[in-house]
Amino acid sequence: MTGDDTKHLPLEDLHAAAGARFGAFAGWSMPLTYPAGVMKEHLHTREQAGLFDISHMKLFEVSGPGAAALLSRACPLDAAALDISQSKYTFFLNEAAGIIDDLIITRLGDERFMVVANAGNAATDEKHLRALAIDFDAKGDFDAKVDALDRVFLAIQGPEAWAALARAGIETGSLLFMHGIEPRQNWFMSRSGYTGEDGFEIGLPEADARDLVARLLKDERVLWIGLAARDSLRLEAGLCLHGQDITPEVDPASAGLMWAIPRDIRAAGPFIGADALRAIIERGPAQKRVGLKPEGRQPVRAGAALFDADGNPTGHVTSGGFGPSAGHPVAMGYVQTALAKPGARLFADVRGTKIPIDINPLPFTPHRYRKG
Amino acid sequence: MAKTYFTEDHEWLRVEGGIATVGITDYAQEQLGDLVFVELPETGRKLAKGDTAVVVESVKAASDVYAPVDGEITEANSALSSDPSLVNSAATGDGWLWKMKLANESQLEGLLDEAGYQVHIG
Repeated sequence: MTGDDTKHLPLEDLHAAAGARFGAFAGWSMPLTYPAGVMKEHLHTREQAGLFDISHMKLFEVSGPGAAALLSRACPLDAAALDISQSKYTFFLNEAAGIIDDLIITRLGDERFMVVANAGNAATDEKHLRALAIDFDAKGDFDAKVDALDRVFLAIQGPEAWAALARAGIETGSLLFMHGIEPRQNWFMSRSGYTGEDGFEIGLPEADARDLVARLLKDERVLWIGLAARDSLRLEAGLCLHGQDITPEVDPASAGLMWAIPRDIRAAGPFIGADALRAIIERGPAQKRVGLKPEGRQPVRAGAALFDADGNPTGHVTSGGFGPSAGHPVAMGYVQTALAKPGARLFADVRGTKIPIDINPLPFTPHRYRKG
Repeated sequence: MAKTYFTEDHEWLRVEGGIATVGITDYAQEQLGDLVFVELPETGRKLAKGDTAVVVESVKAASDVYAPVDGEITEANSALSSDPSLVNSAATGDGWLWKMKLANESQLEGLLDEAGYQVHIG
């Protein structure tokens, strides 16, 4: 499973000392759980503050006179319209409007942007962006530079996250959800996350990270949280995992992510995949992403086929597991558009047994973001 | 007098009067993490060694538990329907999975004893 080219987190020694159980994810050896276990880690994050090492994710800085135009070509986004410190959830799309990756882009300055990309797609993203930048340069549009940053990336999530950061000497007071700043040299901090809770993501040099982690872990409200709970938290929050819930074969309209694309960009934006996306919107997507709540206690997992009451195939599950805060199994997947209505009852095939499963609004647990 | 056996697949069997009570070891429950569902077998089902008898589901994944020997299910631990976490808190006690009538007691000779199992998990 783990070959020689498995990547290791810079803070791996700290996770090992904390008793982490490691597993492979997107080419990285990642802490899956700590001794508290996934259930307690999940609930602790919703009740207090969870600390996640997400250094497998990649930070890119895009800068130069052509930075905004480059990002508005790569993503269905008006990068020039972002305020400084404003963040936006967006995607790289291919020509067919398939999602190459989902990203958060923050405007750092007039000609500087931070792009946060997924671990498994980081190399593809970098290549894609660099190729676009060269193409831009060749056409004489503008100059734009892409720098992959060497940072430790931490997330601290939960209702006590801001207070724990304050005690560790980092004031977050005026920073609102989906905004990001550079509080210190080579630091990037945004109020964002992947749990549905209030929280922060902080990219910083390794030495600073070791110092911050030590200060945070002195606070009894803060616990290390592994990738297993990160997955159950994001699933309850209805957030997509790229590679499962969204892929290069899935477009934003089918994925129910059109809220991330401003109306004027949908209509006239110059982004890659625009023609394909407009055609999909025009005829309507054949399938839509929905939340799914299995009846009973048995989890329904990714890959399970979905059927209507007459036994006709109608879709499939892309993520599924147990929701510790919801208190029942939770899932999401794609179903034929005509059936994609909350309350509709379908059936999931789990090892040959048909389990009733209802379309459920997302998220399963309410978002608690600090918006103002 | 009950005698306890172990398998390399991290199961234990407590055998008394031709009936084996089967569960997973403490090491196995630790590896799986918090269980949220146990798919129990029906009484009377005949199993051959290696058949999937039970599926245990953690928050993250589903794992098969195999029949360690041939036999017929005589009872499933219905307490696990309402509280699957018993497997985590008492893997070798109240968290047992099923009982089976042994079809061929000589199969027990191929299993590990506790010392052998401890060596197996290192």
